[in-house]
Amino acid sequence: MVFSLSLLPQSSIHARFKHCPQQAHAGAAFCLDVDITLPSAGVTAIFGPSGSGKTTLLRCIAGLEVVSQGECTVNGESWQSQANRMPVHRRAIGFVFQEASLFAHLTAQANLQYAIKRAANKTRAVDYEQVVDVMGLSPLLARYPHELSGGERQRVAIARALLAQPRLLLMDEPLASLDRARKQEILPYLEHLRAVFNVPIIYVTHSLEEVARLADQVVLMEQGRVVSQGDVADVFSRLDVALWLNDDMAVVLKGVVVERDVQWHLMRVQYSGGHLWLRDSGAALSQTVRIRIHAKDVSLTLAEHQDTSIANRLNTQVVDIVGDQDEAMSLIRLASGSDYLMARVTKRSVEQLGLKVGMSVWAQVKSAAMVG
Amino acid sequence: MFFSPSDMAAIGLTLRLACTVTVILLAVATPLAWWLARTTSWWKGPVAALVALPLILPPTVLGFYLLLVMGPNGFVGELTQAAGLGLLPFTFWGLVVASVLYSLPFVVQPIHNAIEAVGARPLEVAATLGAGPWDRFFSVVLPLAKPGFITAAVLGFTHTVGEFGVVLMIGGNIPEETRVVSVQMYDHVEALQYGQAHALALGLVVFSFVALLALYSYQRRQRVLLSSSLGGF
Repeated sequence: MVFSLSLLPQSSIHARFKHCPQQAHAGAAFCLDVDITLPSAGVTAIFGPSGSGKTTLLRCIAGLEVVSQGECTVNGESWQSQANRMPVHRRAIGFVFQEASLFAHLTAQANLQYAIKRAANKTRAVDYEQVVDVMGLSPLLARYPHELSGGERQRVAIARALLAQPRLLLMDEPLASLDRARKQEILPYLEHLRAVFNVPIIYVTHSLEEVARLADQVVLMEQGRVVSQGDVADVFSRLDVALWLNDDMAVVLKGVVVERDVQWHLMRVQYSGGHLWLRDSGAALSQTVRIRIHAKDVSLTLAEHQDTSIANRLNTQVVDIVGDQDEAMSLIRLASGSDYLMARVTKRSVEQLGLKVGMSVWAQVKSAAMVG
Repeated sequence: MFFSPSDMAAIGLTLRLACTVTVILLAVATPLAWWLARTTSWWKGPVAALVALPLILPPTVLGFYLLLVMGPNGFVGELTQAAGLGLLPFTFWGLVVASVLYSLPFVVQPIHNAIEAVGARPLEVAATLGAGPWDRFFSVVLPLAKPGFITAAVLGFTHTVGEFGVVLMIGGNIPEETRVVSVQMYDHVEALQYGQAHALALGLVVFSFVALLALYSYQRRQRVLLSSSLGGF
C-alpha cells in the first residue's frame, strides 16, 4: 500500500506499528497492531485494561521499543519509516515513566538541569522558572531523590520531561504507582500543566477518572488493537463503548458554573441540554468544568416528578436502546441538547414504561460529580 | 631500612606493573562487562565462562599456554615479531599481557554486576532526555555504577600485586624487568634469607589488608546510602 504521509496535516501524529513483544510477560500474550492518527494538540488518553498494549504503543512512539514493522510521523517529521529509525535521543519527546525514575546520583535541580542541557529544541518554549512554579518544586530543588516522597519525585520527573522542550509529551501511567492520596495531590498539577503549557500530551492510563479529568481525546485499546477513538464526550456516550466498560459506564459532559447556592453548598452548572445542581467544588463562576454521570445513577420517568429527593431532572429524548451484558438490564442513550446521557435500567421498566426510540422522557440524575 | 636496593626495585616494578595492568583492565573489562550485562546473545554463556576461567585454573596452566602462544612459534609470537616488537615472554609487557588475562574476572565481574544493578531504566530516561550513547555512559552509568568500578580497580590491582605462578611461567626472574615482589620473596626464601623474606611478606599482608579494609568500609557506606534511598519508598 502506498500511503503518502505528506497528505496528513502538519499538526498530527500518525503511528502504525505491528509488534509482538519477544518476552511475553505473564498476561501480555498479545501482538500490537495499530494504525492511528492523533491530533497534535491537547491531551489524548490511551485507555484500556492492563495488558492491552497501551504502554507498548507509547514506547513504540518514543522509540524505546525496537519494532521492525512500523511508521511514526509527528508534525510532518518522520521518526520511523520502513527505511529509517530516528534514535530515541534525537526525538523531541518528553517521557514520564510509571515510577519517577529520577537519577539517584543527582539532586532534583540537577535532574532538571540534565534535561535543560540536552534539550534538542533550542527554542525555550517551556521556561524553567515557570515549570518550577507550576509544579511547586521550589522547596524540593536541593534534595536528592531519596529525600523526596513518591508524589514529589513524580512532580520532578514531569518537570524534567517538560524541560526537555518536547514537541510531544508521553506519559505512561504517571499516577499508577502512587496511592490514592498522592494521586489527588498530583492531578491538580497535571490539570494546571495542561492549561499552561502548549505541549500535546499522550497519556496512558487504566483509570477512567484520569481520562475524565484530563483528556480531550481518547483511544480505547484491547488486546493490542484500537477499539474506538475520538472526542472524550463522544466516545463515552457510545453504547458499544459503554457496554465494553460495563460497570464503569459513564458519560462526561462539559458545562459552565453559572450560580452558587452558599446556604446549601451547591452550585449550578449549565450544559447544552440544561443545568445540573452539584455539590459546590469551589470552582469559580463561569469556569468550565467536566461532569461525570454514571449510567447506573440515571433513572427514567415519563412525567416530571416534583415529589422526589432527586434535584436533577432533565428533559431528554430516547436515542437508542440496547441489551446489557446483564440479562435483566437495558442501556438507554438519551439526547440532551448536543450532549448525551446514558441510563441503565431493568428490561421490565423499559417494557412497563413503553420506552421507544424518539420518546421524550425525564431523566433523574441521582448523583453527578465534577471531575475537573 | 628493611628493604635492600633489589627489594626496592622489585617493589617499584610491582607497583608499575599493577598500575599498568589496572588501567588496561578497566579499559578492556568495561566494554566486556557492558556487553555481558546487556546482550541476549547465545555467546553470553561461553564468553562469561571463558572470562571466569582464571578464577579456577592453576596460574601455571594459563602461564604455560601463554608461553606457547607468545613464543617464537606461537600465533601471537609471530604477530609481535612481524610487527617488530620482538617476543613478549620474559619481558615486562609479556607480564602485563599475562596479568591482564589472569586478573580479568576480578575486574569484569564487579563491573558486570554494577551495570546490571543500574538496569535499563536510567538509560532509557537519559535517552528520552536527549543523551546519546556515550553521554549516557558517562553521565548515568559511570556515576551510578561507581562502587562497582572502584571494587574492580582495587581487586584488579591487589590481585596483580599478589600473583606468582603466572609471573614465574611467563616472566621468569629478571631484575628490573620481571622480578616482582612475590618472586623476589621466593628468592630470599630459596637463599634462606628469612629476615628479608619476612619484611616483604609482612609488607604484602599489610598492603592487602589495608586495601580490602578500605574497600569494605567504602562498600558499607554505599549500602547505607542505598538503604536510606530505599527508605524513601
